[in-house]
Parts: sequence; C-alpha cells; structure tokens
Amino acid sequence: MLNSKIGLKLTLGVALTILVVIAIFAFFNIQSENRSLLTEVERAAHQYSEHLKADMGYDMLHNDRKRIQEDVRRIGKQGTINGIRVFNKTGEVIYSSSPDEIGKMVDIKAATCFRCHLTGQPVKRLQKQEHMRIFRTEPDSPRQLGIINPIYNEQTCWTASCHMHPESQTVLGVLDVTMPLDKVDQNIRHSQLAIIVLAISAIIILSVIIGFLVRWWIDRPVQDLLTATREVAGGNLGYRVEVKREDELGMLAKSFNSMTDNLADARLQLFQSDKLASLGRLAAGVAHEINNPLTAVLTNSSYLLKRSQGQAEIRDDLQIIVSETIRCREIVKSLLDFARQTVPKKRKADINQIIHRAATVVDNQLSMNQVELVMDLDEKLPNVTVDANQIQQVFINLIVNASDAIGEEGGTINISSRPISLSPTGTLQIKRALCRKRHDLVDRKIQIDGKPAISMRYKKKDQTGLIYLNPMYGSTDHRLNGMPDFDKDVELMCPDCSASLIADGESCPDCGSPLYAFEVPLKGLVQGCLKKGCGWHRWEQADSAWNDEYVEVRVTDDGCGIPGSQLPKLFEPFSSTKGQKGTGLGLAVTWGIIDNHNGTIAVESEVNVGTTFIIRIPVGT
Amino acid sequence: MSELRDILVIDDEPTVTQAVAKICSAEGMTVSTAGLASEALRSLEENSFRLILCDIMMPELNGFQFLEELSRRGIHTPVVMMTGYSTVENAVKSLTSTGAVDYIPKPFTADELLAVVQRSLRCGTLLDKAESASLPRSGAISYVPCPANYYRLGYVSWALMEDNGTALIGVSDLFLKATKGINEFDLAPVGEDLLQGIPCAEAMSPDGSKHSIMCPLSGRVLEVNAGAQSDPSLVERDPYFRGWLYRILPSNPASDLQWLSL
Repeated sequence: MLNSKIGLKLTLGVALTILVVIAIFAFFNIQSENRSLLTEVERAAHQYSEHLKADMGYDMLHNDRKRIQEDVRRIGKQGTINGIRVFNKTGEVIYSSSPDEIGKMVDIKAATCFRCHLTGQPVKRLQKQEHMRIFRTEPDSPRQLGIINPIYNEQTCWTASCHMHPESQTVLGVLDVTMPLDKVDQNIRHSQLAIIVLAISAIIILSVIIGFLVRWWIDRPVQDLLTATREVAGGNLGYRVEVKREDELGMLAKSFNSMTDNLADARLQLFQSDKLASLGRLAAGVAHEINNPLTAVLTNSSYLLKRSQGQAEIRDDLQIIVSETIRCREIVKSLLDFARQTVPKKRKADINQIIHRAATVVDNQLSMNQVELVMDLDEKLPNVTVDANQIQQVFINLIVNASDAIGEEGGTINISSRPISLSPTGTLQIKRALCRKRHDLVDRKIQIDGKPAISMRYKKKDQTGLIYLNPMYGSTDHRLNGMPDFDKDVELMCPDCSASLIADGESCPDCGSPLYAFEVPLKGLVQGCLKKGCGWHRWEQADSAWNDEYVEVRVTDDGCGIPGSQLPKLFEPFSSTKGQKGTGLGLAVTWGIIDNHNGTIAVESEVNVGTTFIIRIPVGT
Repeated sequence: MSELRDILVIDDEPTVTQAVAKICSAEGMTVSTAGLASEALRSLEENSFRLILCDIMMPELNGFQFLEELSRRGIHTPVVMMTGYSTVENAVKSLTSTGAVDYIPKPFTADELLAVVQRSLRCGTLLDKAESASLPRSGAISYVPCPANYYRLGYVSWALMEDNGTALIGVSDLFLKATKGINEFDLAPVGEDLLQGIPCAEAMSPDGSKHSIMCPLSGRVLEVNAGAQSDPSLVERDPYFRGWLYRILPSNPASDLQWLSL
C-alpha cells in the first residue's frame, strides 16, 4: 500500500497548495472588490450630497425653511438614503429627514463634526475622502456611510435679501447625509461565497485529476514493479515487467528487466559451474576408484603380452586389451583434464587412422542397431598435430550421436575426409579483443551466428550507441544498430573505459575513412573499415602466419535431424537433446577438444533428413 | 634373519601388489608385498630392500606418513610413489617434501613399471656409491650436484628461472645415469602447454625401455632445444647448460616453485 500512500500524500500536498494559493488570491481579490464597491458608493453619495446642496441653495437664498424641511424629509424617505441632516455652525440641527431631531445640538466630538474640529481651530477645507465615514449605529447593525458636506459662505449668501449671514463667516453649516451599506455588504458576502465555492471545487477537481494521474503514471507502474520484485524474490527470474513508457519509471522497468536477465545469466552460470565442479569431484572420485582395477588389468595384460612371444593369435587379443585399457586410462585422464580444463597432448597423427580406430570401437554398437558406416577417406590426407586420443573421442562421440539419431530402424553414417584450403577471413574467430587500456571488447552476452561479438561504443555529436562486430575475421555482417555512416566525425570507443578505438594517423587504403583498431592478445593488431560497402580489414600477424591447409572431416547421418531452435545451444554443456539417454556433455567436450586444437566444428541439420557435423583442423607445422 | 631383497611393494589393493610382484619376479627380482604401511614397516625390520614402491592413498598410515616414518627411523631406501592422475599434486609433493625419488602414475603397463623400477634401482646404487665416497647425504636426493639457482623436481628434472620471465627445463644427471644411456628424446612441440608433475618428454634407452620425464614447471613451450633433439648425447654430456630441453613461459610459477627444491 506504499504507492497509494504516495498518491494520497501527493494529492493532499497539492490540495493544500491550492488552498493556500486560493486563500491569498481571495484575500486580495475581496479587498480590492471591497475598495472598488465603496469607492463607487462614495462617489454616488458625494454626487448626491452635492445635488442636494445645490437644490437647497435656491430655497436657502429665499430663506424658505418650510420648503427646505419638506425637501429634506421627502428625499430622506428614499430607500437609498438613511437620513439627511443640516446643522448650523453652532451644531444645532436645522433640518432633518426625521423631524424630531430638529433643534437638537450635535456634540462637537461626534463623528460628524470631529473631522473638522479635531484640533481646537476648525479646518477650512477637507479632503474628499475625509468627508466620508463608515459606522454602525449598534455593534450588530448594518454598516452605514456618512458623508458631510460643509455649506460655505458665498456672495449670494451675504447679499441675499434675508441678510441672514454676514460676509465674514466661512462655513455656514454642514449637510450630513447617511446612506446604508447593506447592499454593498451583501455583494461582498456574495463574492466571498463565490470564492470559497471556487476554492473548494478547484481542490476537489484538482485532487481527482492528480489522484487519477498518480494512479495512471505512478501507481500502476510501481505496482507492476512491486509484483515483479516479489516474483523475482520468489525465484521466478523469467518474470518481465512490461515496458510501456519512456519516462523514469519506464527506464526503471527496463533496468529491472536487464538486472533480472543478468541475474538469470549469473544463476545459470553458477548452476553450470556448480554442475562442472560436481562433475570434477565425481571424475576425481571415479578416477581414483577406477585406477586400481585398471592397474590390475593393464599390468597383467601387458605382462602376458610380454610373455606371449610367438603366439600370434593370443598376442593380437592381448594387444587389444592393452591398448584399450590404455585408452581407458586416457579417458579417465581426459575426464580429469575436462574438470581441470587442461590442454591436449599433441603429436603428429593420421586423421584417417584415428577415424578407423574410432570406428572399430563402436563397430559392435553400430551393427546391433543395423547402422551401416560408409567411409570415404582421402588417402592423401596430410598428417595433423593433434592429441590422437582426444580426436578419437570426438569421432566416437559423433558416430554414437549419429547412431542414436538414426534409431532402431537402421540407416547409414557417412564419414568423409579431405584436405582443404581456407582463407583466414571467415575462418579465424577473434576470441579476445583488447582496447588500449586492456579491456576485453568481446561481449559474451551478444552473439552473432552463435559467436560472442566484439562490442564498441560510437559517438557522433549527441548521438551514441553500441555496435557489435562479427568476431569472424573479415566478416562484414556486423550489427551497427543505426550508427551513422562512418566518417571522421564518428568516434569509436571502448564501452568500458571510453578509450578511443580509432587507429591513430591511419586511414583505409580503399576509401580513405578512419580505421578502427584493437589488439588480439599475443596475435597482434586487427584493423578494419566500417564505411558502408567498403569492408577493408587487416590482421597482419594472422595473415602472414596463416597456414591455409586444413583437414576437413564430415560425419553425416540420415537420422531424425535436429530442430533449428536447438542448433544454437547444441555445443553448450548439459543441453542434451537425447533426454534421459545423454549426459549433455558429449558435444560440449567435443567442442572443447576441437577448440583446443584451434579447429572449428559446425553443424548442418534438417529434421527427418539428417545431420552433418563438419570438423576442420589446421594441419599446422 | 636379515636378508637384502630387491623390492617392497605397498598397496591396499592386492591385485596391484600381486601384479607388481609377478612382473618384477619374472625379471629375476626378489619382491615382498604389504597391504598396509604398518605391515611394510614390520617387513623393513626383518629385511632390508633396495627399493620401495608405495601407494599414496592408503588406510591408516598414508604414503606421506610412511615416508616420514622411514626418515624418522633413518631408513634411506629409495621410494617410488604410485598414484593415479587424479592426485598429481600429491605426487609432486611426495618428490619434493618427503624425499621420494620418483613416481609412476597408475595405471601403468609392465614396461612402464619395469623402466621406473630399474631406473630407481640403479639410482639407489648410485646414491650408495656416493655415500661410500662419503659425500654428504641427509636425504636421498641430496646427492644431485645441481648448480645453484636450479629448482629440482626430485632427482628427475630441473627448472631454471631466467631474467625475462621465461624458464629452462632439463633432465638431472642422476636421472640420465640411472637410465643407462638415451638414444632418443621424444619432445613436445612448440606451443604445447606442459603441466607440472605430468610427463613432458620421453627418453628412449637403447634397451627399448621408455622413461617419462616429469615436468618440473607448468607453462607453454616457447622453444625446443634442437641440439638435444638431434644429438641426445649432448644432454648426457652437459645436462645443466647446453643440454636443456625446453624454454617455457611459466603459467603459474609462484605456486609451482613452492614444490621444488633449490
């Protein structure tokens, strides 16, 4: 539930932020609205008061007090006015919309008066906003706006026929109009309510959207990853997270997948090496146990052989016992060598003879299964430097495999041998390639035609990526993974240390492009051109030391064949296609032996037609 | 009644002791057998022997403990260890740390056995002569007048570390003398990997016997001494200098050298 907590936290955080932002916004908004509404009311009140003063002016000049009082009363009854009063300089109310106020004195400290009479000497002129006051008659009554309008002495006043005011007076009286603010206050309350409604709905809508996005963008992928980690923790290393996106979580899913891939590889390797280690222990145990009985057989039979001079018939039989026991000894030894990964004991030998010896060993088994062995061996085959026992083991393995593939129905195994010439290109496999800082560029995880490829990183401006070169010397069947066509702007470097793999100061003799270069330990420098359609390459040491003479042996059967899907894994240990019947080691050992002889082994197969194993061993010096 | 017999063979497997006894007796040697090291020690109290053949993996006392017991009792009879390929390391150890003179990997043929036995008997005789000439002798192999800085594997072969990281490999003079002359060396080709304790060359004697030369140091053959191959007598005349067999690139000198004696 971790992820839902993250979602909840994120939603709450966003809601809180919105709340704060809207509160600040609302505060300033309401204030400014308040101000503009009041300004509007003030302006209207001021205008009103000026009108009133002008209206009354005429009546005052005629000193028509009754008419003035009547006007004040009538106007004061309008809904937009709370009350109108006019008081004279002494503070006596002369006119009022509430007639009972007339004749009353206004306290000089009252709100109406104190603006002018704040300091002992009355102020002659007031600022516009100083005419206004906002007040409540009771603490819980609606607000009211009061506006005082001083009535100044003018020429018309002291020249009027009533001679009421002398010229020396400045202010004759004050017109005080009060107006209700309940409409304004209602408007303000409405806009406050609107903002609160807006804030709440914004919080709800945004929370829903954020919640939905969190669920879509974070919850689900995190949930997928959680499920995957639980699966992997539970041992299911084949579990894959579906990568749907390119964002950080998508990348996390990708790296999670590659991590489990590596983990699965490592576990497989561990498992394999564990199997090999057990095999080694088993071999050592078997070797020790079998050595004593073999010693007895070998000493006695060789002793008998020594004493059987002149008895040709017995000698031949004893010879077989001795040589086959010696072969047993070599098998035990090679089993230990396999466990120890040691090297063959090479001598000059005739491959044809080795094939004949292998055939003799499996002869019985073949005739029992009605398998016919046809040999087509080239008499002029050159001798090769090999470990005869190991190579014999290879042929026995292949013949037994072929016989198993044929089954009980019977069939034919064809073994042919011939000398061939091979060019180094397409034959030599680059098994190790070092950058300048001696990192191995050969990446065992990436295979081209089943062989570990040579990895390099390219860079052109912002574009970068990995390319994989075919490890077969001279092959142009590389995986360039969308690298831009090769020119001097493209950098090539070691994926581990970014050391440059471009050959200093050298260029392709065919097309003039820069060359890549790496070192094969003990075997010199390999250079090549990656320009499209060029494919120039050079491996001086291999080219000069190349011996093109090879012996090729083909072992062909007309058995059940091997499905294409199994071919890539055929030479890996413990990948038996024979179910319970095989140990899964035969072809792995075979491959190891041929590889140790710097030879190659290839297989061609078609289901229900048959299989051909092709072995090529260099004749050497 | 003490009697000098030729061979005492010790192995917990009766078929092995019987076979060895049969083969050696047929060559006119006197052979005693023992199924246990303790039994062998009793035989050694009664009789003396010119050579002891001893298995390594045995119940009760094993081959190494037996060798220690011999040196504790001051018995200097040369010992040849018998062991399978599975315990080559043990065999190398037995030659260096406990003073066995040679070893023969099981299983072996009658001819291989006889070559080792006869070579070791002659070796014993040579050592006796050295003793009677009052040369110092604390262990069986101290006779070998090997030059300084030469690492020895038993009395069989030597290795000399060179300054540039390579090493020379050759045969010791006692081995050569014990083989009664060599008319051909069968050497491994350049590029071959040699393993310590595994035969790296075969020496053919005029009498037809073949003698395996145990490799003192693991490594890859860089050069084969063409002189030694074309003229085997060169090795016999000058085994430590011009008569070297291989120049190798040692693959694991640090761990190999600890089993060799200077």
